[in-house]
Amino acid sequence: MGLIRRMGQAGTLESADCLVTVVRAENDSLDYRGGNRKLFGERTRKLVQETLARFQVSGVQVTIQDQGALELVIRARLETALARAIKEA
Amino acid sequence: MRAMRSMLYIPGNAPGMIQNAAIFGADMVMIDLEDAVALVEKDAARDIASGFLRHYDFGDLPVIVRINGADTPFFDADLQAIVPLRPFAVRLPKCQDPSDVLMADARMTEIEKRAGLPVGTVPVHAMLESARGIENAYAVATASPRVRALTLGGQDLTADMGIQKTRDGWEFFYARSRVVMAAKAAGIDAFDTVWTDFNDPEGLFRESRQVVEMGFTGKAAIHPSQVAIIHRAFRPDAKEVRKAERIVAAASEAERQGRGVVAVDGKMVDGPIIVRARHLISLASLYGMEGGEAR
Repeated sequence: MGLIRRMGQAGTLESADCLVTVVRAENDSLDYRGGNRKLFGERTRKLVQETLARFQVSGVQVTIQDQGALELVIRARLETALARAIKEA
Repeated sequence: MRAMRSMLYIPGNAPGMIQNAAIFGADMVMIDLEDAVALVEKDAARDIASGFLRHYDFGDLPVIVRINGADTPFFDADLQAIVPLRPFAVRLPKCQDPSDVLMADARMTEIEKRAGLPVGTVPVHAMLESARGIENAYAVATASPRVRALTLGGQDLTADMGIQKTRDGWEFFYARSRVVMAAKAAGIDAFDTVWTDFNDPEGLFRESRQVVEMGFTGKAAIHPSQVAIIHRAFRPDAKEVRKAERIVAAASEAERQGRGVVAVDGKMVDGPIIVRARHLISLASLYGMEGGEAR
C-alpha cells in the first residue's frame, strides 16, 4: 500500500499538457478542470481510479487542470505526481 | 533502406511537441531525456516518453530516445523504462570508450530478457562528444552489434576541448572525419551534430552540404524549421543524377554486349564510377527524386 507523504505535482499549463496535483485526504476525490471537462470527465475519472488502484493508494485528492492533454499525457502526469508524493525523502 | 537525413530533437517533457512529431517532416525524431530536460523534471520526462512510446501511434516515423548518461542517477531508470517499449534506437550519450557501450549493452540485455524480447532488439546510437570518445570512434562503433550509428555531439565536444564553435565549423573537421570514417569502416550510420542558431538557415545549409559531402547519413535538427533545409542539402544535384542514370544505362548495355569498357558523354567510365552512380541513384530515389527531379 502506497502512502501519500506529501503533495505531489507534475505537468505544466502549456497547451496539450495538464497540471496534476495530488494531496492526502480523507476520501478519494477528483477535481477535473478545463474546457474538456464535460467531454472527457467520465474517461478521466476512470483513468484516475485505475491509476490510484495500480499505485495501491487511497485517500487522495486529485486535481487536474487539463489544457487539452491526450489521455496518455494525463495518465503520465498523474503517475509522476503520485510517484513524487509517495517517494521516501 | 530508409531516408535518415534529419533527426529532430524533441524535449522529453513537452507532450505538445511530441504529439505533433510526425507533422514536421523529419525522417526521424529523437525524444530527449538528457540535456533538454531540467534535473527536477527527469522523472516526468521519462513518464511522458514512456507513455508516448506505449500508447501513441507515430506511424512509420522512427522514434529514438536519448537517455541520460551512465554517470547520472537517471541512467538505469531510463533504460528500464524505455528499452521494453522498443524505440527505433536508444541514443547513448557521452561514449568515451567501448566499455561504456558494453556496460549499456549488458543492462539492455538483462532488460530485454526480462521483458521477453529477443536480445539485441533495441539498437544503440553511440554519441561521441569528447576528445577521448572521438579518438575511440571505431572501437566504440564495433563494441557491440547493437551499435548501429555513431553520432557527433558538437556542443559537449567544444566544451571538452575548451574551444568555441565557429560558423565555418572547421574545428570539427577532424572529429567529423574520424566519426564518419569509423562508421563507414564498421558498416553503420553516422549522424552529425546540431546547428544551434536557428536564425541562420544559410549557415545550416552550408554546414549540411559539408556533412553530406563527407559521407554522413544525416544531421540533427533542433527546430522544425531546420528539417526542410537539411533535406535540401541532402538532395543530390539533378544534373548529377541524370548523368548517373546515363552511366548506369551505358554500363548495363555494355554488360549485355559483353564489353568491359564504357564511354559516357565522351569519357571512359570504370567500376568505381558505376558503383558511385548506382549509389547516387538509390539516394535520389530514397529522397523522393525521379529522373533527377524532386517529386
